[in-house]
Parts: sequence; C-alpha cells; structure tokens
Amino acid sequence: MESNKVINFMGTRLIATLFSALLLLGSVGSLVVNGLNFGLDFTGGLQVEVEYEHKADLEQIRSTLSEAGYVNVVVVNFGSDEDVLIRMQLDFKDGIGEEVLRHLTAVEEGEITLKRVEYVGPQVGEELRDQGGIGMLFALVVVMAYVAMRFQWKFAVAAVAALAHDVIIVLGFFSILGVGFDLSVLAAILAVVGYSLNDTIVVFDRIRENFPVLRKTESVDVVNVSLTQTLDRTLVTSGTTLIVLVVLYMYGGELLSGFSSALLVGIVIGTYSSIYVASNLLLGLNIVKEDLMPPVKEGAEVDEMP
Amino acid sequence: MLNRYPLWKNLLILAVIGLAFVFAMPNLYAPDPAVQISGESSAMELDQAVLDRATKALEEAGIEHFGETVNPKNALIRLHSSDDQLPAKRTIQRALGDSFVVALNMASTTPDWLRSLGAGPMKLGLDLSGGVHFLMEVDTASAIAKRQESSLTEFKSKLREERIRYVSVEFTEAGAIEGVFRSAEDRDAAAAIFRKEFQDLTRESVDNEDGTFTVKATFSETAIREIENYAVQQNLTTLRNRVNELGVSEPIVQRQGRNRIVVELPGVQDTAEAKRVIGKTANLEFRLEAKPSDLVTNKESFEFRSELDQRRFGNAELERALIISGDHVSGAQSSFDPETNQPQVNINLDSAGGTKMHRATRSNVGRRMGVLFIEYKTRLDRTTNAAGEEVVTPRQIVEKKVISLATIQSALGVQFRITGLDNVAEASELALLLRSGALAAPMYFVEERTIGPSLGAENIAVGVLSVQIAFALVLIFMLAYYKVFGIAANIALAVNVVLLAACMSMLGATLTLPGIAGIVLTVGMAVDANVLIFSRIKEELANGLPTQSAINAGYERAFTTILDANITTLIVAVILYAIGTGPVKGFAVTLSLGILTSMFTAIMVSRMIANFIYGGRNVKKVWI
Repeated sequence: MESNKVINFMGTRLIATLFSALLLLGSVGSLVVNGLNFGLDFTGGLQVEVEYEHKADLEQIRSTLSEAGYVNVVVVNFGSDEDVLIRMQLDFKDGIGEEVLRHLTAVEEGEITLKRVEYVGPQVGEELRDQGGIGMLFALVVVMAYVAMRFQWKFAVAAVAALAHDVIIVLGFFSILGVGFDLSVLAAILAVVGYSLNDTIVVFDRIRENFPVLRKTESVDVVNVSLTQTLDRTLVTSGTTLIVLVVLYMYGGELLSGFSSALLVGIVIGTYSSIYVASNLLLGLNIVKEDLMPPVKEGAEVDEMP
Repeated sequence: MLNRYPLWKNLLILAVIGLAFVFAMPNLYAPDPAVQISGESSAMELDQAVLDRATKALEEAGIEHFGETVNPKNALIRLHSSDDQLPAKRTIQRALGDSFVVALNMASTTPDWLRSLGAGPMKLGLDLSGGVHFLMEVDTASAIAKRQESSLTEFKSKLREERIRYVSVEFTEAGAIEGVFRSAEDRDAAAAIFRKEFQDLTRESVDNEDGTFTVKATFSETAIREIENYAVQQNLTTLRNRVNELGVSEPIVQRQGRNRIVVELPGVQDTAEAKRVIGKTANLEFRLEAKPSDLVTNKESFEFRSELDQRRFGNAELERALIISGDHVSGAQSSFDPETNQPQVNINLDSAGGTKMHRATRSNVGRRMGVLFIEYKTRLDRTTNAAGEEVVTPRQIVEKKVISLATIQSALGVQFRITGLDNVAEASELALLLRSGALAAPMYFVEERTIGPSLGAENIAVGVLSVQIAFALVLIFMLAYYKVFGIAANIALAVNVVLLAACMSMLGATLTLPGIAGIVLTVGMAVDANVLIFSRIKEELANGLPTQSAINAGYERAFTTILDANITTLIVAVILYAIGTGPVKGFAVTLSLGILTSMFTAIMVSRMIANFIYGGRNVKKVWI
C-alpha cells in the first residue's frame, strides 16, 4: 500500500450530504406515513406454530382461519415448507392453541402437530417500547458525555448525530419494507449503535492524533489523510462482521432473520456514515487545528516565536 | 528488549487461559434427560424403596434407564432419550401415586472433579431448553386499599377505646382518612392517636367554618411504595414456595419492574397444571357458627363448596368475626381419616394462631366451627374509552365458600385437622395452598409463552451451526489477509470464545438465542482490535520503522483507539442490560462480556503470540 497516496474522500462531501439527506428524508417520510410494522412483542397477540406432515397450504390455512372468525391473521412458513407460523391479534385464553388446531385439522388430511403457543401481552410491549426509546436516548447522552470528555465537544456532537443518522435509516429500512419489528430487531438496532459508534470513534481517534502532528493547515486534508489511513481497517472489520451476519442470516433460522437483516443494513450504513457522515459533520462544525492543540503554557509559546 | 513479555506476564496470561478452559469445559458435557421424583411436601423423605418402585415400573413399561440416585429430598432417574421422558414420567406417577411429584429434568453429566471446583455448564434460557414463561401482575392497588381499610377500622376502634366521640370517620375520594369532631380537644386527641399509632400517615388539622373540627390523614408516597413493595415481595416468596412444590429444576421467579413477577419453568410442558398451582389465590378463615340469637349485623351467610352439602344443609350462618385466617398456618399435610377413610388436611398453626384458636375454642366446645375457603378470581373487563380504544381492566372477584362445618370436640391448639373435603385431590391441593402461604395481593397473568423442547433443541442446533460456520470463515479470512499475524489473531479469537463461555458459566448467566447472536456478533467484531493493531503495524512499516519498533508501535498506539472504541460500545451494552428485559438483556450480557474478553485476548494474548514468533530476535521482514 502506498502510504503517501491520500484518497480525497471529502471531495464528494456534497454528494454524500445529498445522499444522506435523501435517505433520511425517505426514512422519516416512510416512518411518518407507514410507521413500523410492530411485531407481537409490541402489539400483543397470539403466535401459534404448527407442523404439517406434508407441504402446508398457506392459502388454505389463511382462509380456514378467517372463516373461523379470526381477524388479522398472518400465516407464514417458518424454517421449512411443513412448519407454519400463525400470528393474530387475539386476546389470551386457555386452550386457544388447541382450538386453532381443531379448525386446521378439520380441513387437513394428515396429522398436524402443535409445536408452540405463545401469547404476548400488549402492555408489556408498550412498556418495553418506551423503555427501549428512553434507554436509547440515555445511551446517546452518556456516549456523548464520554466522547466530549475524551475528545472534544465537536466530536461528541458529530458522533451522536452520525448515530442518529444510522438508526433513523435502519428504522426507515424496516418501515419501507414493512418487515416485522420485534424485540430482536430492537436489540439489533442497539447493536448497530454500538458498532457504528465503534467505527466512528476509530476514525475520530485518528483525526485527533493527526491534527497536531500533520503540517497540513486545511482541516479537510487532515480528515482525508485520517480516513485513508483507517480505510484498510474499516473495510476489514466491516468485512468480517458482514461475513458473520450473512452466515447468521442464512443459517440462523427464522427466529434470527430479523435480527441479522437489521444488523446487515446497520453495518453497511454504519460503515458509510463513519467515513462520510461523521467526518463531514465534523467539518461542518468547523473543526480546526486549535480545537485539538494541547493547551500550552503562554511562556512556551512566546519562546518559539521567531 | 522490545516485544518480549516478562516471564510473569506470560505465565499470568497462560494461567487465565488455562482457567478459562477448565471453567468452559462443563459445557461440553451434554446433560442426560431425566425424571425427578420428590415428595409432595418438603417434609417428606425419599428412600431406596421409593426408587425401587419407580425403576420397577419403568422396567415393566420397557423404558431404559440408568444412573439412579436418591437422597432424602429427591430421586433422579436418567434416561437415554428425551422421547422417553414423558412416558417415564407418566409411568412413575401412576406407580407412586399422588403423594409424589414427578417432574422432567435434565441431569448434569459434569465430572465430579470439575464440579468440586465450582464449575458448571451455562444455564440455557427457555428458548433453548423449552418450558413455560409467565408474567404476572400483582394488583398492588387492592393491597393498598386493603391496608387503608384496615387502618380506618383500627382508627375507629382506637377512638372508641379512648372514648373520643366523633361525628364521622370515613374515606375521602383522595384516599385519606377524614375524622370530623365536635370539639378541638377531641380532634387533637384523635390527631395524637394518628401520631402515635399511624406513623406512616401525614396529618393535617382543619378548623371548619361550621364549628366542627377535622383531622385528615393521608398515606405518603413513600408509605404507599412500601405497601406495594411488601405486597410484591410477599407474593414473590409465596410464588417461590409454590413453584418449588411443582418440583421443577432451576425455576426462575423474579420481580420485574414495580409490580410484575416473571416465572419461568424450564422443562415444564403442562401449562395448565403449572398455572393452576402458581396462579391460585386462596386463603382460609376459621369462624364460629353463628347462634340463632345473634344480631343480623354480626352474622354472614355462606354457601357450601360441595354441591352435595349445599343440597343437604343449605347455607351456613357464620359469625362475622374470625378466629384466625390462613396466614397463621405454618404447615399442612393431606392424609386420610383412619376411621372414616375420608380425605383430610392436618394443619399446624404458628404460636400466635395457636393461642387465638385455643382461646376461641376452649369456651365454645360443643359449638360448630366453619372453615371458609376464600378464592380470589380475576375477571378482565373490556370497555371502550373515549378515544375508541379498548381498555382491559382486571376486576377481582372474591368467592367465599364453606369447606367444613364441624363440632368442636375439645379445645384446639396448634395442631388440628379439617375434614369434609370432597376427594384426595382437593385435600392435597388445599394442603399445598396452605403450605405455600397466602398472597398479600391478588395476581393475574399478563403473558404466557410455551416453548417446546424440540424447538429448543432446534434453536441450539441452529445457533451452534451458525457460530461454527461464521467462526471458520473469519479464521480463514484473517489467515489469508494477515498471514503470520493472522495466526496470532485466530488463536486470540479462539481463546476469546472459550473465555466468553467460561465467564458466562462462572457468572451463571443464562444463554438465550439472542445471546448466541451476541456471541456470533462478538466473533465478528472481536477481530476489530487485532485489525486495528495489524493495520497500524503495516502503516508503521510503510513509514520505514524497523520491524521490532513497528510491531511495538502497532500494539502501543492502537491501544488508546481500542480503549475508546470499546468503552463507548460497552456503555451502550451496559445501558441495554440495565433497561432491557428478556431477549435484549440476554444479548447485552454476551455483548458486554464479549467486549471485555475480546479486549483482553486481542491486546494481551495476540501480543504474547506475536512476541513468541517475532520478539527479541533480529527480524528482517515481517510477513503481514
């Protein structure tokens, strides 16, 4: 690798800003219009998992259940053609799993096995949603305080803004595709926060290191040099994490698919944002050499004057 | 000399790795499916004879078993396959009868020498082991109301005792006790009673314009919190007792938030049975039968619990005043009346209860005493509010019915029995409920989840497979990209996973499916620290630094970056743990432990290996 070749990342600042703005606008717009497709963890309801002997006819199951008077029924394959997951917004009562099974067996030739009946209370979901939201805000504040202390306030603002950027876009992704948003997705989003922060801090750390030592006067140049120096690492780490997530997405089963897809999107966005968004914001906040110069004694400064 | 750790540092790192291997080892021993037998009451002792009966029944049913153990508290029979568990349970239950609790269990196969070191396998969450999860809400409002009411009654009787005359003493809308008096002296005397007897109330005295005098006492916010806490705590204890009676291994009974309790029963599949036992809210009251001459205000009429008795005798009239309630019961066993062969419950009272019972029965020999069974049931009322949303409010219904009405033959003490129960099952259930104590406030189920054991096994298989594949791919990538240093990183990564498993086992953390996801993610991110170091070494080499200095600078300079990056992630993980429940918490535990262990392995272990390979020698070229 040639060490003196600096990639002019910030040359595309404006394009990146525009791109981010479009993504953010789209995400917020979709969140406002479509909202999130909250899973049962949040809305409350019943989840029944059944296993058919042969390939299950989802359409038939759907019509059977709606004829039986169940509303808002979602029927999907779960892992294999024989396994079916049925979700509906229904209140809890004893023996409901058996009741659903009875309706299904009435129209099915083979044996159907009831594998799981789960009821999730809506109140719990609400509480958790609030807790999750408050938790995320709290986490951001603490992180901001830490970065402000270890770096400088401009870094803290830029890091947290980049985080918010990532979270909103991942949420937007879920909103646009209408993918079920459950607790594991929430956990994944929080992991995205952790990951993207990690990435941003690594870049910032290099900028912090380079400002006082580089003889460049322009902040943009310092940022470009720092980004180029850390690019190798950024790509390798994102690469290994992506490898792992792709495996998780492919082999982790249906239960982890929401989790892994949220993280996949999050890491791509997080990597992009640590290069283009966080540094861009830092420049936007007009970071200059003086922000990072170690406080020097007045006398020493005078001595160095020619 | 550069890049040499002192001997002690190497030994220390090796010691940590060695310990990690030892403590992670129990996870390699898969537990055997087993059936556990315990006595129905905790006082009951098990012996070889019981075990022999059980194994004989299994042999007759053709179910293979091995490794039976018995101790006074419980017996364990290991099986070859988890498919045998349910039939084995049924067979044994039939052979031993209802006085034994037979439950499915997983028996540890950890060797004794490991167990003697205190090492054990990670606990598996419900999603991995199968079982039931209940979330219950304690109706603390009713506990508060009960306490306020009893304060009101107590206050009134104090006023009567002290001969203070009052115009009225009642509850206000805001939940305060308001006493109205004719003179300021009476009011001040009443206020003095409040001050002395009801210290958790805040008082306020008012001189009314119409010439009356008021004292108002309110429960402070802290007092109400205390009542709530007490109610939840008491219910928690009671639930623990009840769950223990179910004979489940490693149950979780935990408070969650202000008024919720989580109950997790691994291995339990029979939700109905579990719900019946833990969800039951019952109490007893012992009251004398009212005399026909008693005033109507002093007696109450109750139905019999058994329909037969109800048809035969009609309603029973009992005195309003009770002798004692179920809170004084310290022990209860079901047995048979040797003469009539009817089921009965032998009751032991605590000393205060015994004294009261003795005092009441001594002077009333020949009269009849009624045992009242009180059951709290919850109905969910659905109404639509102004915004058109459906609101579900739980409503408590109290059902009081007479179990038995028996003539007092002689003065009763701390020990006596209740007869008149319908069947053995009812007797043993009543005994169980009395043993496990009373609930301080009613509870209702908010959430219920069942996870089948086969689904749990599938989850584990899927999780382990994805960890393995992901792990292998990352190892190959690192080796290809960083060559010799890739070896160091890969060993560090392997140690990291072992260390993580050891930490989780030692801390007794529960492994869940999101937890596995956390481990997988850790594997992906754990290389980050090494990547930071290695890319730094590459850079320094490109800057023209000699090899040894470059390696040293790589490890030294990357350190602050690793520290800052990991601490910020750790902050997020810790906050996640603090606010999260269930899956979020499981994920946070593995993530935060993973960050800590990966920092250790990436910085110390990887450097130690790099030192072994390159350290202290004159190296011309580093293969990175």
